[in-house]
Amino acid sequence: MAILLQFAIGLVFGAGLLLSRMSNPAKVLNFLDLGGIASGNWDPSLAFVMAGAVAVTFAGYRHVLRRSQPLFAERFHLPTKRELDLRIVTGAAIFGIGWGLVGFCPGPALTALGFGSRAAFIFVGAMLAGMWLARFLSHMPSLSRIATPADPLET
Amino acid sequence: MTATSFTPVASLIGGALIGVAAVMLMALTGRIAGVSGITARLLPPYEDDQFAGRLAFVAGLVAAPLVALVVTGRLPVQTIEAGTATLVVAGLLVGFGTVWGNGCTSGHGVCGLSRLSMRALVATITFMATGFATVFVVRHLS
Repeated sequence: MAILLQFAIGLVFGAGLLLSRMSNPAKVLNFLDLGGIASGNWDPSLAFVMAGAVAVTFAGYRHVLRRSQPLFAERFHLPTKRELDLRIVTGAAIFGIGWGLVGFCPGPALTALGFGSRAAFIFVGAMLAGMWLARFLSHMPSLSRIATPADPLET
Repeated sequence: MTATSFTPVASLIGGALIGVAAVMLMALTGRIAGVSGITARLLPPYEDDQFAGRLAFVAGLVAAPLVALVVTGRLPVQTIEAGTATLVVAGLLVGFGTVWGNGCTSGHGVCGLSRLSMRALVATITFMATGFATVFVVRHLS
């Protein structure tokens, strides 16, 4: 039951990406192109995607997290880490560069697989390799001195 | 570069739908709807027993365009202009960066900001900034 519902939630999430047009890399790049403001090519739509998503999630979380536990789990798994570190900044910076090169972040890239496009398969293949590498490095004990361990519950 | 039109209403409604999915996942499984975290945990090493649920969520994401095709009779517009080399480099950076930085647009940008997390705010500002900078360099300096 929980598995089927998680498939349905993935579908709703994907439908949101498609309806909002965030699934279209051209639109993402035109949003990230602040130089396009002067030439009239800037597309601010993605700010509306974020606004809609955060508004609903903020209100919904306040409601849901007041309960004692989720429907299909014994507790809520929320990130506990609060302090900032170099790792969250460098990781996000690296992600942003890749995002700006093609216009894909992980959600839209996975949704693009369903379009059957060759480009999406290449991108997702490389993305999984990058994820595996980061996970491999994170689990190496010798790196624990220079990289603070990730919060296992965050995202 | 392909021109796109401003779609505030569709984008706001679509965004709200993403929010609905994030709230549903929290209500049912008690977990953050971070696509990078969910996807990366499909790869080893495995730390818990949530593999099937994560795979089902990702399968739903992948199946969404097919459902759209059945419902509307056509696939939504999608334009990918990058060549193979750029796709590989960008994919590696997105995969590595989201895991190293513990989240992507959904985990930090949607769920994290909604929880008023300072870490998520810093991450979101950072990836937006390097995203803006990258497009500026690619489009206007080269």
